[in-house]
Amino acid sequence: MINFRYIRTTALKTALGLINKEKQSTFIAGGTNLVDLMKKGVTTPEKLIDISNLPLKEIQLNNNVLQIGALTSNSAVAENAVVKAKFPLLTMAINAGASAQLRNMATVGGNMMQRTRCPYFYDITMPCNKRQPNSGCAAIGGFNRMHAIFGTSETCIAVHPSDMCVGLAALDAKVRIAGAKGERTINFTDFHRLPGDTPEKDNHLQKGELILGIEIPSNNFNKNFHYLKIRDRSSYAFALVSVAAALDIKGGIITEVRLAMGGVAHKPWRLIQAESFLKGKAATKANFEQAAKMEMNTAKSFGENDFKLKMVPNAIIEALTLAKDKA
Amino acid sequence: MKDLFLIDENDRVDGVDKVTGKAKYFAEYQLPGLTYGVLVTSTITKGKITAIDSKAASNAPGVLAILSHLNKPSVPAYEQEGGAKLKIFYTDEIHFNGQPIALVVADTFERATYAATLVKVSYNEAIFNTNFEASVMDSQAKKLQGQPPYKRGIENAYKTADVQVEQVYTIPIETHNPMELHGIIADWKADDKLTVYAKTQGVKSTQNTLANTFKIPAENIQVNSEFVGGGFGMALRTWPLEIATVMASKQLKKPVKLVITRNQMFTMVGNRPAAYQKIGLGATKEGKITGISHTAFGQTSTYETFTEGVVGMTKFMYDSPNVNTNYYVVPLDMGVPIWMRGPGEATGAFALESAIDEMAYALNMDPLEFRVKNDPEKDLAQNKPFSSKNVKEAYALGAEKIGWTNRKQQPGSNGDGSWKIGYGVSVGVFNAGRGKASVKGVLNTDGRLLLQSAVSDIGPGTGTAMTLIASRLMGIRVEKITFELGDSSLPPAPSQGGSSTLSTVGSAVNDLCVALKKQITELAAKVNMEANAHFTEVLQKNNLPSIEITQQSQANPEAKNYAIYSFSIHFVQVKVHQLTGVVKVSKVVSVADSGKIISPKTARSQMVGGAVGGIGMALTEEAILDHRYGKYINNNFGDYHVPVHADVPEIETIFIDKPDPIINPMGAKGMGEIALIGFSAAVANAVFNATGKRVRSLPITPDKILEA
Repeated sequence: MINFRYIRTTALKTALGLINKEKQSTFIAGGTNLVDLMKKGVTTPEKLIDISNLPLKEIQLNNNVLQIGALTSNSAVAENAVVKAKFPLLTMAINAGASAQLRNMATVGGNMMQRTRCPYFYDITMPCNKRQPNSGCAAIGGFNRMHAIFGTSETCIAVHPSDMCVGLAALDAKVRIAGAKGERTINFTDFHRLPGDTPEKDNHLQKGELILGIEIPSNNFNKNFHYLKIRDRSSYAFALVSVAAALDIKGGIITEVRLAMGGVAHKPWRLIQAESFLKGKAATKANFEQAAKMEMNTAKSFGENDFKLKMVPNAIIEALTLAKDKA
Repeated sequence: MKDLFLIDENDRVDGVDKVTGKAKYFAEYQLPGLTYGVLVTSTITKGKITAIDSKAASNAPGVLAILSHLNKPSVPAYEQEGGAKLKIFYTDEIHFNGQPIALVVADTFERATYAATLVKVSYNEAIFNTNFEASVMDSQAKKLQGQPPYKRGIENAYKTADVQVEQVYTIPIETHNPMELHGIIADWKADDKLTVYAKTQGVKSTQNTLANTFKIPAENIQVNSEFVGGGFGMALRTWPLEIATVMASKQLKKPVKLVITRNQMFTMVGNRPAAYQKIGLGATKEGKITGISHTAFGQTSTYETFTEGVVGMTKFMYDSPNVNTNYYVVPLDMGVPIWMRGPGEATGAFALESAIDEMAYALNMDPLEFRVKNDPEKDLAQNKPFSSKNVKEAYALGAEKIGWTNRKQQPGSNGDGSWKIGYGVSVGVFNAGRGKASVKGVLNTDGRLLLQSAVSDIGPGTGTAMTLIASRLMGIRVEKITFELGDSSLPPAPSQGGSSTLSTVGSAVNDLCVALKKQITELAAKVNMEANAHFTEVLQKNNLPSIEITQQSQANPEAKNYAIYSFSIHFVQVKVHQLTGVVKVSKVVSVADSGKIISPKTARSQMVGGAVGGIGMALTEEAILDHRYGKYINNNFGDYHVPVHADVPEIETIFIDKPDPIINPMGAKGMGEIALIGFSAAVANAVFNATGKRVRSLPITPDKILEA
């Protein structure tokens, strides 16, 4: 780790002023990923601007929209009474991630900003286009068991590691962002991006911008929902494949459905085709199977992750079944 | 209400110290003027160092020294023939990725860590090979005989049997990775005087290695290692990084502390070698084994050869007239392996006990019944009777406890919906040894007994067991007995490894207590007291403040006439999810047939720990290399998966608890290894019973279930 300067502020305006003034500066909140990246020499900021004390920790339901401050801890969101009652899929997704200790430290904004856990990204002696553009991708032709099968490019097959973000993608969340020129709001599904030719960019946040919070519109997904995470051990392991499934079933017919996946792409992967197929249909195993199959036509595997071609449709069917059968 | 601090005779004698933080581990010693070392490691896998640019590092704040082969400090033993295979900071040669090539010492840990990143190394890289399985397959690749071939009866007799099983079983590299990181504090106090605070399974072994390496008298070296935060075998030798730290202290004339990183724990302190094993098994239609063939390959390093007992169990565990085994090791450009709990026997048991299960299904027999039918009356390999063996009783007790009758012979027929249920069983066996050890005992008029021996306690509860042995023999309450260990100046004892400490040091404690009682009786007679008078009164009446005896103890020569083993039977119930491939171990019953149980609570802990390690071996643990770079890529606790609590169900343990008449006066055999040996096969066998899918390559991860 290199020496760095550290400043703490309680004012949003000051934070934005500092980040725009200092070129090699970065925000830090929970630091659960950033500190690792600094120790490994993957990221070498000269200045850390600690935003932990900015007033962005509220969780409120206003006019049928749930607002979550970016600095709310993962556990605070998961344990919030309104979240548990009205958006339990989010609680389930958050609790599937990391460990209790990490969730206590990690913030909502930080969770969105976390980097991939591709091993080649973390080892600065190895090629990685995400860490060092044009150095090559060691995961292609290497260890890629954990890697993407959707939306990959020739430069990068890394996955976004978050569980929380898969839940948010499924729940039609929006992201509120502040910058030097003021505020903007974008769809959560447009926040993260695919690697393309610039895998060094994980998302569409611009330099000098700060995530203010998340907004989730009210929904009827608090009865039939499930977050399924398939992993190598029962806790503290990243997803091989995960599925956030939410159903609104009336008289056996699916009136609304949301499906998103983790562990399969550079961003939380929303299953639009499967959703539109299922909408208006009976909540039956046959329909679930057909929906799962239709998502696979764009999948491409890389050797060690070939099993995901089988695991992904199975996981979609299982998540939909568990969501449907939820008492 | 029970007083929390009142000692139950079953409690660990050091339990309160451990949970309150009073127990001091090596890295916690704060010596005046302590300096901190951080290693620079090779980023290539094989070749030579052409240059080390340490200018920037030397100029970094707080840096005191940078040691490497360029300024190699004198190590007398390195100038001689033989000795250490990897002489640290001695040549420009690179044998493996992550090899220590320089040590940066600074006044703080943070400054040493930063300066180490500034050391720039240039290399001349050579072609390397870290690919174990490819090397096994490649007939041109170098292989060394790991053990002489063994043959009883006809070679490969299984090939003519009525029913045959011939399969290949593989395990990946596993790493010990105890919670406590490896390292040492070295304090070179004078020209020929050294004190170290070490993480070691043998203080005498560390003392001897350092004496031989630096050519100073062993008695001038003090090794302290009172508490060890887990070893599992990796602290059974003094690693080059420890020599480097001593070198630095000698050169700087200051105490130096080195604690390696979790990353470095994967490369420079050994591992359980990967293995490729072929088993051929033949049986009659009635289920009698007629032949077993076992050929095993293990991974080793190019600079030092490591072998272990992979095929040992195959020779005697089953009643087969024909057995042949072969064991080879494959040298690769990697750090040298070392015994990891259960060591080679756990590797071998996975293959043998999987194949036995496969044969049972091929015969359409209950695997338990098949094992009982082929249980031998004596050790056919050594042609000796067993000193004691209660395996059939263990099978029956374990089967009853797990509910074996709920098992269905037809694989995949148990369970409903998505989760399939299966039951598996496996046997573990390990040599029960007894070495030579000395213990000093001091009996005081205040009623206290002090016991001292230079043994280590890496966690099994050695101090607790020794205290209990003495307490029962002397009739002294455990809180009045102190057992001191982990100090090289105490009477000698062997390293803690190979499940032999309880037997070896326990016997010395036993013999010491017998000698003390004899002396008390004599002293009582001298002053006309009754033979059963309390020792405090006897001492007082003799005007003695204390009496002191040092007792050496070793195996009875009669033991040579017997095959002496500890046995374990592991029963496992699993649930396997059909769609996702997830395997959950849902019930465990481990039965130990290891003689008399001395300390029931710590014995249970041993078995529970072994089962958890077994779940890791079976389902989650795998150290992965990228052979294009010769590097580990999951070298951290996030990506190398040891089991978490949620992976571990409640574990039932059963002890046969019958004294072995031969091994030692207590009749107690070790159980550290048998707790793990065979466990992974029990899981794999249960997975087959649940699904009809036979996974012969550990760990059994969800993808393997889906692809099987």
